[in-house]
Amino acid sequence: MSARVPDQPTCRQIVELVTDYLEGKLPLRERTLFEQHLVYCDWCRVYLEQMRQTIRAAGEVPEEALDPERREELLQVFRRWKAKK
Amino acid sequence: MSSVAGHPEEIDLIAALRRGDEAAFLTLVRSCQSSMSRVARLFVSSDAVAEEVVQETWLAVLQGIAAFEGRSSVRSWILSIVANRARSRGQREARSAPFSSFDDAEDEPAVDPARFLPSDHPRWPGHWAAPPERWADEKLLAKETLGLMRKAIETLPPAQRQVIVLRDIEGCSAEEVCATLGVSDGNQRVLLHRARSRVRAMLEPHLGGPV
Repeated sequence: MSARVPDQPTCRQIVELVTDYLEGKLPLRERTLFEQHLVYCDWCRVYLEQMRQTIRAAGEVPEEALDPERREELLQVFRRWKAKK
Repeated sequence: MSSVAGHPEEIDLIAALRRGDEAAFLTLVRSCQSSMSRVARLFVSSDAVAEEVVQETWLAVLQGIAAFEGRSSVRSWILSIVANRARSRGQREARSAPFSSFDDAEDEPAVDPARFLPSDHPRWPGHWAAPPERWADEKLLAKETLGLMRKAIETLPPAQRQVIVLRDIEGCSAEEVCATLGVSDGNQRVLLHRARSRVRAMLEPHLGGPV
């Protein structure tokens, strides 16, 4: 990712810049080259969208419900703390 | 007692906790417990140890709430405590290696190089030979895909797993992750890039695209 980006980056180089781009960390020149590439390259646009979708899906990984025994244990911790406070 | 700056929606919750309000405590438990277990499990070798760390963390949270200054949200404050405790616990465990940023190949490409045309191709060097295909959103958020996502994340090298879980599952900021894991901003981003790229590649056969 740290290698210098040529004036006409290839798709293979573009996929390595995606995270820096999404994080807003590409310097101006690289960001401009990246966006110019996307204008004409449908496939890299699809790739960028897939990366966004991957991030979105990670945010949807379900939480596990708290089991009642664990809840009771934590309440004990809380009550002991409160008593000492 | 210190005053609470920022995060106005949490002022009532914090005040209630300081008073020893049990309902407020349970609200916090419901919103954080599952994330805490997930974060603790990143650093220690078993669910049982992770649960111990989480329980100790709750006590630390209660003891620390009076001094909590509200510079971050309560949730990220709690997650940073659990991560730090789990990390030192993990380092004491013989089985768990200390955090290493370079626990995998240094130059790991985001996409299989075979998916691109060779760099000496006369017309389209380095362009897609086997391009990605559009993914349908309905399938992306289906239960099956999310299960696959969870499995994919479990197969990542530890440092990558830690970063992607904290950033993309738990929603921590880059700064929070750097502070929690003790890595530089650039390093954090390299790990995140590898982790996301690998997970994307693992989802691809399921969601559509060249296998």
